[in-house]
Amino acid sequence: MSQKTIKLKIKRQDNPRSKPYWQEFEIPYQPLSNVISCLQDIQKSPATANELGVNPVIWDCSCLEEVCGSCTMIINGRVRQACTALVDQIESPIVLEPMSKFPVVRDLMVDRNRMFRALKKVKAWVDIDGSQDLGEGPIMADSVRATRYTLSECMTCGCCLEACPQYTKDNSFLGAAAFSQVRLFNLHPTGAMHADERLEEVMGKGGIADCGNAQACVEACPKNIPLTDSIADISRQTSLKLLKDLLLK
Amino acid sequence: MAQRKKKIIIVGGGLAGLSAAMKICESDQAEVTLVAYQSLKRSHSVCAQGGINAAIDSKGEGDSPDNHFYDTIKGGDFLAEQPLVRDMCYKAPAIIHLMDRMGVAFNRTPEGHLAFRRFGGTLYSRTAFSGATTGQQLVYSLDEQIRKYEHDGLVQKMVWHEYLGAVLDSKGVCRGAIIHDLRTNEIFTLAGDAVILATGGPSQVYAGSTASTVNTGAAATMAYMQGAKYANGEFIQIHPTAIPGRDKLRLMSESARGEGGRIWVPKREGDTRDPLKIPEMERYYFLEEKYPLFGNLVPRDVASREIYDVVYNQNLGIGGQSMVYLDLTHKSKEFLQDRLGGILDIYKKFTGDDPKLTPMKIFPAVHYSMGGLWTDYETDSAGMIEPKSPRNQMTSIQGLYAAGEADCHYHGANRLGANSLLSCIYTGLMMGPGVLSYAAQVSKSTEDVPSSVFDDAKSYWTGRFKSISQLNGRENPYKLHRDLGEMMMANVLIVRDNKTLEKAFNSISDFETRFKDVKCVDSNDWANPTPSFINQLYCMIQLSKIITKGALMRDEFRGAHYKPEFDLKQPSDFDPHEYIHYQEQKNFGEVKDDAFPKSHLDYMKRFEANNNKWLKTSIAQFEDNQPNITYADVNTSLMIPRPRKYD
Repeated sequence: MSQKTIKLKIKRQDNPRSKPYWQEFEIPYQPLSNVISCLQDIQKSPATANELGVNPVIWDCSCLEEVCGSCTMIINGRVRQACTALVDQIESPIVLEPMSKFPVVRDLMVDRNRMFRALKKVKAWVDIDGSQDLGEGPIMADSVRATRYTLSECMTCGCCLEACPQYTKDNSFLGAAAFSQVRLFNLHPTGAMHADERLEEVMGKGGIADCGNAQACVEACPKNIPLTDSIADISRQTSLKLLKDLLLK
Repeated sequence: MAQRKKKIIIVGGGLAGLSAAMKICESDQAEVTLVAYQSLKRSHSVCAQGGINAAIDSKGEGDSPDNHFYDTIKGGDFLAEQPLVRDMCYKAPAIIHLMDRMGVAFNRTPEGHLAFRRFGGTLYSRTAFSGATTGQQLVYSLDEQIRKYEHDGLVQKMVWHEYLGAVLDSKGVCRGAIIHDLRTNEIFTLAGDAVILATGGPSQVYAGSTASTVNTGAAATMAYMQGAKYANGEFIQIHPTAIPGRDKLRLMSESARGEGGRIWVPKREGDTRDPLKIPEMERYYFLEEKYPLFGNLVPRDVASREIYDVVYNQNLGIGGQSMVYLDLTHKSKEFLQDRLGGILDIYKKFTGDDPKLTPMKIFPAVHYSMGGLWTDYETDSAGMIEPKSPRNQMTSIQGLYAAGEADCHYHGANRLGANSLLSCIYTGLMMGPGVLSYAAQVSKSTEDVPSSVFDDAKSYWTGRFKSISQLNGRENPYKLHRDLGEMMMANVLIVRDNKTLEKAFNSISDFETRFKDVKCVDSNDWANPTPSFINQLYCMIQLSKIITKGALMRDEFRGAHYKPEFDLKQPSDFDPHEYIHYQEQKNFGEVKDDAFPKSHLDYMKRFEANNNKWLKTSIAQFEDNQPNITYADVNTSLMIPRPRKYD
């Protein structure tokens, strides 16, 4: 009697300079499996379909409930988190590849440092006077809060950049996630005091003007963040600023 | 000559580590190196969902920091350190306002003020929240402040690095940290005037937990093996509502009950009907029936025990399985999307069922460790926390500090919901000035410490990792971890008894034997997580000993530590205020025999005798590869310990 199994085809790479290669794995099926539990099963007995004793597959993960963004990879051709990829809901064999827009560290693990550098560049923070007790924060309409909350759910996973035709390994395009963060902070009453500084950072090379309007980002976002709205809004804000700068010169 | 800036090493990029980093950076007296196992924004703090407590009393319910203090102390069954908890509860409103100023998207009222909701263990609306991902939102806002400091050159981030241990000089003073680069596998030392461990909890010791994969507790355990005291290890919180899963048990936030969620099971054993077809009459809302006052919002230890009882003793789990319903279907879809959208989406993503349309199926899971590294503090003459004392949050190793879930004093025997985000941020902020005063007065600066201290530490750890990577036994470390976690689930969980605990403690030596036969299953010399994991597994074995031995030795029922054999059997009509009267009468001389019903008086005597023996912090110290457990007094100077009651 043949036992039900899960088949996986995984693109592997031993280090950033070595060539990628494919390996196939077959593990016993268990209910409630997701891609993470498959990778964990491989860790517990690392062997491919025809070779014993291979190195376990390396991937990045932490929370396993789609709030940390770590376990992003390409699953059956689509970029998404491995934790929410339930085996029962995806096609077999399950094909896993690392994200292609970021340097591979090893196997399915990539280096998304460029995303964090972008956050630094666009000054994605609210400038406060310090952590001493200065009383209540600014009054804010709940509708504004709701818009900000949606934007603030961005977990820097990189799905939007993986999907974006404009974002490549060799250019300096900032990408939808960073633009959306500019909108998030410019919407905050205190953050708005430094709105121009953020806009300046997205007006140069690699900035908002380089967006090709493919709208792939919004489709790929696992948190349904209205990224194209953010891009439109930041385009408008930068155009206004250009005009203002021109008139007031 | 300008004085050299102090160097502070902070390990951990969650709420506690980031708060401490922010506080220290803004003093402009020190440079901070922030060591994190993974990119910032990925830490386990992001998993906290429901909210953060502060008695701002925006609804005019009469809430106050004193009420918050009372609820926290009572919720923790009086084992928490009272001066610290009082200070935390008094600082809480300012912390919320600070986070709000930093841009956290807290839900608002129609007038634009902060909105609050109810959480377990209190009768007040005290929990500020940001949708259903409050922890994530708080981490992000702190991360943003740290990014600003990074931009300004005050913080150096060292992500993808692991803390292996403290560098201790000949006097046992911490002079820095041993760091492991998780990509190059290089091991090196960092000199620092103080080291802060904000390294989170140990829930990965259990196989069924809501923890992130990084929550191995290894850093704290390493401190313990280097001589630091580990306190109250046996107090492990089991969260009543988690979603069953294979790779982890995902949390279903207490906010689901705070917003009106009801827990029930079908009254008939093995009832397999669609839950929506089961009429009200045939449903058993056991928490509401047993605890009319707090209902579904009893504290977590109480709720978990009741669910366990309904499932295992009354055999009323859904369809005979170990699950109960958490039902929100009586609320409107719009309300649910707005208040709980994030967590309900997660449930749907992982189970395929929509909680807006059908009741969720949930079961308790390991969630939080109330215990952790023992830390010190100092009070002034009025009993308030001395804000600049170098003793605040210092472990028993001089110069080594702990904060957040890695510490031990804030939650006693059971943590209240939405208090963990608070204690993480509070400890991080509170310790900042003290760490700086310690760094300013430390007898020898790090430059004067002989280089051999650092060289020896480095060569020890380089050797240890070399030998780990050469291990070639028969045991797969990941499998061994799973087996250890399952053993802990089976024996050291909600209901505890000494026979089982003794068996469990003895079985840990089998795990140690198996550990000696481990194979390092990954041979790559680049970005190889297996040697680290093997080292963490070793720490988890030591941790399981602390937890199990602590549980075995503590012969009482307190908070999350439930030993039915030692239940003091509170009479059902007992009022906790009687105990206050009893204490007052005692203080005035004698208690007359007829002052209280006899069963009540007997119970109060039992309660008092039990507290005299067991109202103590358990302190584990590493001796001969075993935890040696002793007991220290708890500071209960502010509120008389009394029996808990929630009905």
